[in-house]
Amino acid sequence: MSEPGQQPTNGTATYRDAVRAGIRDALIRDPRCFLMGEDVGRYGGCYAVSKGLLDEFGPERIRDTPLSESGFVGAGIGAALGGMRPIVEVMTVNFSLLCLDQILNNAATIRHMSGGQFSIPVVIRMASGAGRQLAAQHSHSLEVWYAHIPGIRVLAPATLEDAQGMLWTAIVDPDPVVIFENVMLYNMTGSLPVEVRPVDIGRAAIRRSGTDLSIVTYGGSLWKCLAAAEALAEAGIDAEVIDLRTLRPLDDETIMASVRRTRRALLVDEGWRSGSLAAEIMARIVEQCFWSLDAPLARVCSEEVPIPYPKHLEDAALPQVPAIVEAARRTMGAK
Amino acid sequence: MSEFRMPSLGADMEAGTLVEWLKKPGDQVAPGDVVAVVETQKGAIEIEIFEGGIVERLIAKVGETLPVGSPLAIIAGSQPSSVAQAAHSAPEGQAERPAPPPVAAVTETAATAQRGIRASPAARKLAAEHHVDLEALTGSGPEGAIVYVDVENWLHAAARQPASPPGTSPPVRRERAAMRGAIGATMARAKREIPHYYLQHTFEFDRALDWLARTNAALGPDRRLVPGALLVKALALACRQFADFNGYWRDGHFEASRAVNVGTAISIPGGGLVAPAIMEADRLELPAVMERLRDLVNRVRVGRYRGSELTGATVTLSSLGERGVEGLWPIINPPQVAIVGAGTPVERPWIRDGRVVPAVTLMLTLAADHRVSDGHRGARFLAAIAAKLQEPERL
Repeated sequence: MSEPGQQPTNGTATYRDAVRAGIRDALIRDPRCFLMGEDVGRYGGCYAVSKGLLDEFGPERIRDTPLSESGFVGAGIGAALGGMRPIVEVMTVNFSLLCLDQILNNAATIRHMSGGQFSIPVVIRMASGAGRQLAAQHSHSLEVWYAHIPGIRVLAPATLEDAQGMLWTAIVDPDPVVIFENVMLYNMTGSLPVEVRPVDIGRAAIRRSGTDLSIVTYGGSLWKCLAAAEALAEAGIDAEVIDLRTLRPLDDETIMASVRRTRRALLVDEGWRSGSLAAEIMARIVEQCFWSLDAPLARVCSEEVPIPYPKHLEDAALPQVPAIVEAARRTMGAK
Repeated sequence: MSEFRMPSLGADMEAGTLVEWLKKPGDQVAPGDVVAVVETQKGAIEIEIFEGGIVERLIAKVGETLPVGSPLAIIAGSQPSSVAQAAHSAPEGQAERPAPPPVAAVTETAATAQRGIRASPAARKLAAEHHVDLEALTGSGPEGAIVYVDVENWLHAAARQPASPPGTSPPVRRERAAMRGAIGATMARAKREIPHYYLQHTFEFDRALDWLARTNAALGPDRRLVPGALLVKALALACRQFADFNGYWRDGHFEASRAVNVGTAISIPGGGLVAPAIMEADRLELPAVMERLRDLVNRVRVGRYRGSELTGATVTLSSLGERGVEGLWPIINPPQVAIVGAGTPVERPWIRDGRVVPAVTLMLTLAADHRVSDGHRGARFLAAIAAKLQEPERL
């Protein structure tokens, strides 16, 4: 990593390529799969994820939709109910609020309300996160709102391998899966496995082993945390970095095992602080690891403002490497 | 963060006067370091700290007399050295961040003291498992909290302590005047409060010296016995029979001591003296007594003795050794109730079996507390010591 907070640039493929490869693999593997969303066809996707897929798979399977999230997500749920394996793209999590009713009241409940007679194997992908100066209606991180809902699974791939491999695992899941793709990751480069492999979505991953404190994060913040961990290492603090990968259900076992080892935890979450996923994980740590703790739990979250448009204010509103380093040092009692 | 407090250097000690600080704010201290000199009734004693950290603030001022338990200094938690150094070498922009104002830190300490000890759950659990008193620890965690590793270090230090050589504490830097002042204060109190009576007894010491010479002939130079060792052992054995000379005068009455811990007055090169104890001397074989005596003398000479060694004596021996003076009239070291003085053995004409013969004699003196015993008992006690010295092989 050349600069703090920079993602790897050592490969030829991008995260965007990885997501596309995952979709392509699913479309090839299973004729019941199709992609649906705003501008996914002729435009190639708002973030160019589906570029070229219309030519390869045709308009039946790469379907442009009207600007009507409730409508097309509902259609996706219906298609899943009817035996299809739809991949529905929502342009950004902010817009997903228009289809939250479909996701919460239909997708998440139908198995329960039908006494297990129906399942909804839909996959809903959406972009989240700030950093591209897209202002307050396109930049938020509302992952925790979805992670709150029983009946769905919520994924946040932070690496190329996960971006590619999680999709197939999500498709074979008989229940609804929401996948969050952080907008700052699309240009991250790395190497892509030649063969698409489904990945396990049950476990969090320890992306860096350490003994002094556990930094727990997900999505776009992972790379900031890894950069912070390197900076901390220079100060003699050996941080462990955990990538949650799956935000619901949370992998308590991996988190708690790490915190019991390090006795300290720092949560880094691009969501707003109040009611954040960080808050939920802190609560669980206190519930399960209280007697192992050596310091107050700490978190670095986004400032509680609508994400600003100006670059310097947008940067200031988000978790950044220096703030993560500072919080870690406080947790360690370092002056 | 923790408070370093006025230690109790003996059951009778109620207060101590701070004579000198040997550490200053910012100094690193480790368990066992001597941090101050305190004048007590028993002399000017170096007091050790039993926790590590950094001296943040000195509370007590030199010359202040403070009750046992009074805070003397605030010790802040230490950091793992690598972190501390890294913090030091941080870019200037960070380093110049204003430090939290000291006033806030003081307020925090007061608040902490009221709320109890700041310790992490992990530290509390570990401490509870090992019966460690958190009061004794210094925290290195956030805001000076005691964290797991502090308890762990404490346990390691505690496990190491018995094996550590006595010479690991730094050499004494002593204020001679303060030492003299402390001796003066103690002796004045003794003279003021204790109704001393004095007895003197001179007797032949040849047998003991001959026996020593014979015994030493078979021993290497480092194991040879000196007359002082015989005196310590003889006094200790006599104390077993005469319990009213071994113990403390406390709260208006005498408390006999089951253990016989013989304080041995040892002068400090350059002035002053201390009387560290040889614990349970009555149960030690002579070579062991000698070993303890030699160790104490060596350490006093290089100034490496501890306050904790000065608290245990139940009776004291003051021996002038080879200084060529026949007798001394010692002053009782309160709260003890007796002190035995031994002069230099002197060769003189002596009448034995009706004939004048040359003999080496020793004069023993006893100063004892009339509130506890009287001259009749004292005479028997002194005679018992002399008798034991006539049979050195039985010591």
